[in-house]
Amino acid sequence: MTFEEIKELLIAKFGQEVIVQEETNGHQPALVIAPDSISAVCFELRDNEKTWFDYLSCLSGIDYGADENIFGIVYHLASLPYKNTLTLKVMQYHDRSRDELPSFPTVTDVWKAAEWHEREAYDLLGIRFDKHPDLRRILLPDDWEGFPLRKDYKVQEYYNDIKVD
Amino acid sequence: MESTRYQKLISHIEPTEMILNMGPQHPSTHGVLRLELITDGEIVKEVIPHVGYLHRCFEKHAENLNYQQTIPFVDRLDYLASMNSSHAWVMGVEKMMGIDGDIPKRIEYIRVLVCELNRIGSHLIALGTYGIDIGAFTPFLWCFRDREHIMNMLEWASGSRMLYNYIWVGGLFYDLPVGFEERCKEFIAYFKPKMNELNELLTGNQIFISRTANVGILPLQTAVNYGCSGPMLRGSGLKWDLRRVDEYSVYPELEFEIPVGKGEMGTTGDCWDRFKVRTDEIKESVHIISQCLERLQTDLKRTTDFDPRAKLPKKIIPKAQDFYVRAENPRGELGFYFITDGKTEIPKRVKARAPSFCNLSVISEISRGVLIADMVAIIGSVDIVLGELDR
Repeated sequence: MTFEEIKELLIAKFGQEVIVQEETNGHQPALVIAPDSISAVCFELRDNEKTWFDYLSCLSGIDYGADENIFGIVYHLASLPYKNTLTLKVMQYHDRSRDELPSFPTVTDVWKAAEWHEREAYDLLGIRFDKHPDLRRILLPDDWEGFPLRKDYKVQEYYNDIKVD
Repeated sequence: MESTRYQKLISHIEPTEMILNMGPQHPSTHGVLRLELITDGEIVKEVIPHVGYLHRCFEKHAENLNYQQTIPFVDRLDYLASMNSSHAWVMGVEKMMGIDGDIPKRIEYIRVLVCELNRIGSHLIALGTYGIDIGAFTPFLWCFRDREHIMNMLEWASGSRMLYNYIWVGGLFYDLPVGFEERCKEFIAYFKPKMNELNELLTGNQIFISRTANVGILPLQTAVNYGCSGPMLRGSGLKWDLRRVDEYSVYPELEFEIPVGKGEMGTTGDCWDRFKVRTDEIKESVHIISQCLERLQTDLKRTTDFDPRAKLPKKIIPKAQDFYVRAENPRGELGFYFITDGKTEIPKRVKARAPSFCNLSVISEISRGVLIADMVAIIGSVDIVLGELDR
């Protein structure tokens, strides 16, 4: 299925408002999906026998810049039967307050592969995933402060009385 | 905050069960990996992997250096297959720059040649150390003896034994040294019978089969759902090789088979199948290398005026876009996701999708209810490299 056909399929199933934006400038076109529907869209893309995106290649958390204050997740899907690929995105404005982290619905129930990727996004970017079964830090120690891949990240001065440089 | 699955597991432990930490210094975890095992006697009830001991935030490094400067860091991701990693990185940057069509054929063939040599070296480590995990010492020494030839050749070409920085954006560090092709041919002639010896000694050995067949069975559905790739996915019986699927570089011009697990000794997707896929892949790599050498010695022969740095871009500033590149590494799908702003030489965001990372995430699924000794067999068959797992 081509990119256009997938787009039409999603609109027919979920309505016009599910696709917030369409990015077709680069080599790989992407669909920006409304964050609330991402889980349902992924289920549909995985189980529909015309698309069969049964493989999650990559899931990346993004901080789009210290000025924009936009956080996002990019999903790279692959279909093993059709040898097809698709990029989905979700984005959200967040004011970087520490009381509440930016949060997106999890896709771990669609692909188990997302579990560790989402933990990584939480660990390094401070993005929460609602209903994630095991959301803890994965690469950094549990008592690490801050999220290193954020654009406004400042390294903590001491970690367990060890100077950090 | 609701409790995580980990907290629930640890707090609901039975009086008869015991928590056993395997690693981070355990030799069969192949690096600094810690597995927290909840055991009932000899039976493993649950496995909780703890990773990150080798974390140095590659992605943060990549956000502060330009594309060429990041290649040495890319080499240090999967330090057993540096050529393959830098090949993936370089392909992504070239595609974003739109110069992927201008790379001379000779350069592409040299890239594939060194990548496949590196793939053999990487698989030899996987096979040799797997033997040692199971208790077979000799194959380990044999594998390292043969790998040494590859290391020496790649050192001759690049100046470094393991971390090469040889494949550059738009070209190569240097052309192959004079006499490399002949030396490589000698190696292939030497190496072919050695693989048969290894198969006779280890792959078909009854003790080895008893330890690995029907152990750690990974059903195809689970492998796909957990994002497993490389020999893990192929061991479960699916013909999925990105060299064929994406047809990148000059792989479409080369002839090779994709070995898959068939459950010859037990069930499809068991540890033995994954091991067998790796041994078969070495044979295919040898076949690819012979074809590359054939071309490099005939129509793509070295000429005095050939400059592997001729196409190197002066400044690498790709236009604003995001791009995901993937390539078949010895361990599976290595992916890089770039976001560029079109103004600077430094990417805005780079995410590395490491094959070992996804392959290891399935470990708790496939090792519920196994014996502790089988745990060693399973973790070895996943063939992780902590350098890329922890990034």
